[in-house]
Amino acid sequence: MTVMEQRGAYRPTPPPAWQPRTDPAPLLPDALPHRVLGTRAADRVDPDLLRRLYAELVRGRRYNTQATALTKQGRLAVYPSSNGQEACEVAAALVLEERDWLFPSYRDTLAAVARGLDPVQALTLLRGDRHTGYDPYEHRVAPLCTPLATQLPHAVGLAHAARLKGDDVVALALVGDGGTSEGDFHEALNFAAVWQAPVVFLVQNNGFAISVPLAKQTAAPSLAHKAVGYGMPGRLVDGNDAVAVHEVLGEAIAHARAGLGPTLVEAVTYRMEAHTNADDDKRYREDTEVEAWRAHDPIALMEHALTERGLLDEDGVRAVREDAEAMAADLRERMNQDPVLDPMDLFAHVYARPTANLLEQEAQLRAELDAEARHHDDEHDDEYGGEATDARSHEPEGNTR
Amino acid sequence: MTTVAVKPATMAQALGRALRDAMTDDPTVHVMGEDVGTLGGVFRVTDGLAKEFGEDRVTDTPLAEAGILGTAVGMAMYGLRPVVEMQFDAFAYPAFEQLISHVAKMRNRTRGAMPLPLTVRVPYGGGIGGVEHHSDSSEAYYMATPGLHVVTPATVADAYGLLREAIASDDPVVFLEPKRLYWSKDSWNPDEPQAVEPIGRAVVRRRGRSATLITYGPSVPVCLEAADAARAEGWDLEVVDLRSLVPFDDETVAASVRRTGRAVVVHESGGYGGPGGEIAARVTERCFHHLEAPVLRVAGFDIPYPPPMLERHHLPGVDRILDAVARLQWEAQS
Ligand SMILES: Cc1ncc(C[n+]2csc(CCOP(=O)(O)OP(=O)(O)O)c2C)c(N)n1
Repeated sequence: MTVMEQRGAYRPTPPPAWQPRTDPAPLLPDALPHRVLGTRAADRVDPDLLRRLYAELVRGRRYNTQATALTKQGRLAVYPSSNGQEACEVAAALVLEERDWLFPSYRDTLAAVARGLDPVQALTLLRGDRHTGYDPYEHRVAPLCTPLATQLPHAVGLAHAARLKGDDVVALALVGDGGTSEGDFHEALNFAAVWQAPVVFLVQNNGFAISVPLAKQTAAPSLAHKAVGYGMPGRLVDGNDAVAVHEVLGEAIAHARAGLGPTLVEAVTYRMEAHTNADDDKRYREDTEVEAWRAHDPIALMEHALTERGLLDEDGVRAVREDAEAMAADLRERMNQDPVLDPMDLFAHVYARPTANLLEQEAQLRAELDAEARHHDDEHDDEYGGEATDARSHEPEGNTR
Repeated sequence: MTTVAVKPATMAQALGRALRDAMTDDPTVHVMGEDVGTLGGVFRVTDGLAKEFGEDRVTDTPLAEAGILGTAVGMAMYGLRPVVEMQFDAFAYPAFEQLISHVAKMRNRTRGAMPLPLTVRVPYGGGIGGVEHHSDSSEAYYMATPGLHVVTPATVADAYGLLREAIASDDPVVFLEPKRLYWSKDSWNPDEPQAVEPIGRAVVRRRGRSATLITYGPSVPVCLEAADAARAEGWDLEVVDLRSLVPFDDETVAASVRRTGRAVVVHESGGYGGPGGEIAARVTERCFHHLEAPVLRVAGFDIPYPPPMLERHHLPGVDRILDAVARLQWEAQS
């Protein structure tokens, strides 16, 4: 007898009771961003931490202004400044243990530098001489990632692998507000939660994805709310308050390290400069909005907190600024030297063992360069009466822009 | 007759004009993508459109390429003609699933019941000093997918005409915009925009007798320059601009090669598995008895696109083309 035939007698049984998962307890973020500076809680913060964060913030700001200046001098092809977001960058770098990993997005040069990377090596992508100018294993910083949100699944996989190996390692992955719309963001969060991977996602919500404001990016009450649907806690933090970001990230990292799974942290901040030096932000925002955020500057907030507690005086400020100035001067000087590039590098790392096809192309380029060098030397001979110098095939490249 | 001084337009402006005219003529045309509205696109191709046509027709989408193309599929299903912008070549990859599995196959899998008239604009190629992931030549991936038209202009006039054709097409078109030609200008008159021939016709950009350079998009100006330089060596080169990679204009290409007896295919995407292999094979099949030498290819190296400071060593330039032309003296050499 089929179900249809016995229709009168058929009584569907209700499905087994559905149990909503309630652990870990409340996943919803606080209604307001977590804040420490300017509240009583600031009194209890370790003075050393305050001083370290302050010094890094000042260095970070100086790094941003120096890098922007380098774009104007044609020494950097492009720079996406994190001016205004230094608190997120610095806290992300300082909160990690040495064994942990940082997965930066393309705007996060500063976090990489604050973690210990050579400032010049960190800029090679943006200068245009190398895609990734540093060894990711040296400071455990993944390559600065240009395609948005694609680094997030990598962070989840690395954290998962570390746990499988029994290592006590956490991955911290950075993404922008725009990047949260990409499929990769959602897939990464889901994997992380299902695997309970020791990973923390930090969204730097700086208000814009190039020209598109947050309201056109998401209809969610906050980006931190997105955590709930995947089954992980969401936290909301004032992204200009370096102490608060450090605190919230620290808790999330401890949570992950304890085997309790991932957290999504949204830091609410603001991008003070255009998307990059090539962008015109007048097209999509008002100066008044930018100015309103200037009053909530991360460095001023920190300076105020330190001064109030008597942890900083004029000499202290001067010392920190001088240190930042020295860093900037060194960066400027080294960036003003033409990078020495070998065109044969094009073929150097395509495969572990170069294919015959590539070897052939390598030979072709070598021949071209040799011919160019001979040509060069001939001209040189003509001009200077035969004072041919070195072979030019490995001649340093000038700046191409 | 009065002659009015014509302000030359850039290729980017011509593309914008094509979008505007298409939207004016056909209310079902919609433009969508990242930053195409308020900002007018990162290359300013859509500048002013949002103001003129409103947000419902010129839409700043969330930052999600799969979502952009996937929703465009649904809009096309319901009778609209979406024109989507992928911000850069390498950022179109998240949308490949939609493109390959649905955009390219919908007509076929529904036996013609659900065609998808949509256009995917993709700025592509190198030469502008872009950092990693901003200079890919992705045409081979698109060419390898049956169901898509693949078009790429090399002149300002073609940018306008071909985009109008693409939008009017009842099949999906991948419209590849050579980034480094965005700011180029030629004699195109923005006050009298003209449509060109239907998609699928190549054009001879320069007449010549001794060999044919077969090329498209960003390499067209390079080939024309090479043809000029080759005169000094006694070569009179013909330059064929394909304009459309799918469909392919066998007729124009074969006719040219039969006339000249020699051919070099030039493009900046990698040679191995690249468009040049397909083109050389087609030419050989059709012109074997007319060929004085094998069809040669001048392409980018088979490497990930290099950092900008090295890109000049990667991109096929005039010298590399002239080298190949010299190798066309096959008998003397072998
Ligand atoms: C997959 C992908 N699509 C598009 C782009 C082009 N793009 C570069 S940055 C950017 C905006 C990013 O905004 P957001 O994620 O908020 O980060 P922010 O720039 O604010 O730091 C876009 C659209 C890209 N890099 N990757």
